[in-house]
Amino acid sequence: MMRAFLALLARDLRLAVRLGGGGGMAVFFFLIVISLLPLGIGPDRALLAKVAPGMLWVALLLAALLTLDRLFQADYEDGSLDLLTMGALPLELIVVAKALGHWLTTGLPLVVAAPLLGVLLNLPGEAYPPMMAAMLIGTPALSFLGAIGAALTVGIRRGGLLASLLVLPFYIPVLIFGVGAADATAGGFSGEAGRQSLALLGAVALASLVLGPLGGAAALRANLR
Amino acid sequence: MRDLACERGGRLVYDGLSFSLKGGEALVLTGPNGAGKSSLLRQLAGLLDVVRGEIALEGGDPERTPGEQAHYVGHLDALKPSMSVAETIAFWRVFFGSIPQGAETALEALGLLHLADLPVAYLSAGQRRRLSLARLIAVPRPIWLLDEPTVALDAASVARLVRLMKGHLGQGGMIVAATHLDLGLENEKTLRLGAEVVA
Repeated sequence: MMRAFLALLARDLRLAVRLGGGGGMAVFFFLIVISLLPLGIGPDRALLAKVAPGMLWVALLLAALLTLDRLFQADYEDGSLDLLTMGALPLELIVVAKALGHWLTTGLPLVVAAPLLGVLLNLPGEAYPPMMAAMLIGTPALSFLGAIGAALTVGIRRGGLLASLLVLPFYIPVLIFGVGAADATAGGFSGEAGRQSLALLGAVALASLVLGPLGGAAALRANLR
Repeated sequence: MRDLACERGGRLVYDGLSFSLKGGEALVLTGPNGAGKSSLLRQLAGLLDVVRGEIALEGGDPERTPGEQAHYVGHLDALKPSMSVAETIAFWRVFFGSIPQGAETALEALGLLHLADLPVAYLSAGQRRRLSLARLIAVPRPIWLLDEPTVALDAASVARLVRLMKGHLGQGGMIVAATHLDLGLENEKTLRLGAEVVA
């Protein structure tokens, strides 16, 4: 069963690398949204530094959403998903493999790109470590919660927008605690508020690691039959 | 399988359908378009809910559902254009609990060995179909559920498929196939859907 899981994960990573589009496109979207912000808000460095954590997180959420709709749809349309359900691997673990693949190809590159984009927004130096920690903890939650939305809309053509509408409200806790951890007033790792935010973000991430596969598998079952 | 009913979109496609199949026997489903041939195959594969009735497999692995002991080759070929022929088969072998090595036998059986390194995107319709069918050989499973397996195949490939089907039946396997073509299998039963005549 473990080997089937790894085989599926390896296949998804390979497809993502060969097709491109997924992670690379999300990173470029992230880059463009962030570089538009100083143009829209104006070159006030103090203001930019103040809004930077929030803006980075919002742009990251949108970039992660951008690639979610194809999570199950490609496999659904070409019949692969039918065959995947006929193996010994439970549907829940199929969802885990696909969500993990999404995180590795989209979430992780976005986290890596975030500090570079932080420079564009004049993010204060001491905010980088807590922000990176928060993003590393929070982005898996985006993939796993997003899997539920992607599974719900798998049968709908152009279901991407609908998936976004369904999923975005569930991203709110990640956004709040993620920004909270990187906020200037929170004090980062040493401040009480910063540590609390990171702990709560961890709780949200762990809950989504459990709920995402269960909800995603239930939604896929409903859609497949 | 007893007293099976199928509902699609609120419409009863068939009802009270019963048949049994022993090892080494094939069942050919015939009937007009929309009679429920594909739906029946999908129910047998566990891809469609059973509204009423039951599907039971005797002597199989009790830990696994009948669907997990069956191969389903449907209209969708489940192929990824950017994966090579060999990678596709190796993936399904590992996913279905086999080792990746030994995929050549399956490709050889379907006459695809010379295309092994080619991405699926460059295959013709018939070659894609043959690659889907290669799964049957790549991973041994007792039941084959084939939905119009001969579509897009040339005469030589159809003959090759019939040979493989006979080999599978000879080893005690079971085949349920929906087809409009006479495959000339031995131990062949026919179930005509939509007319409720079982011969």
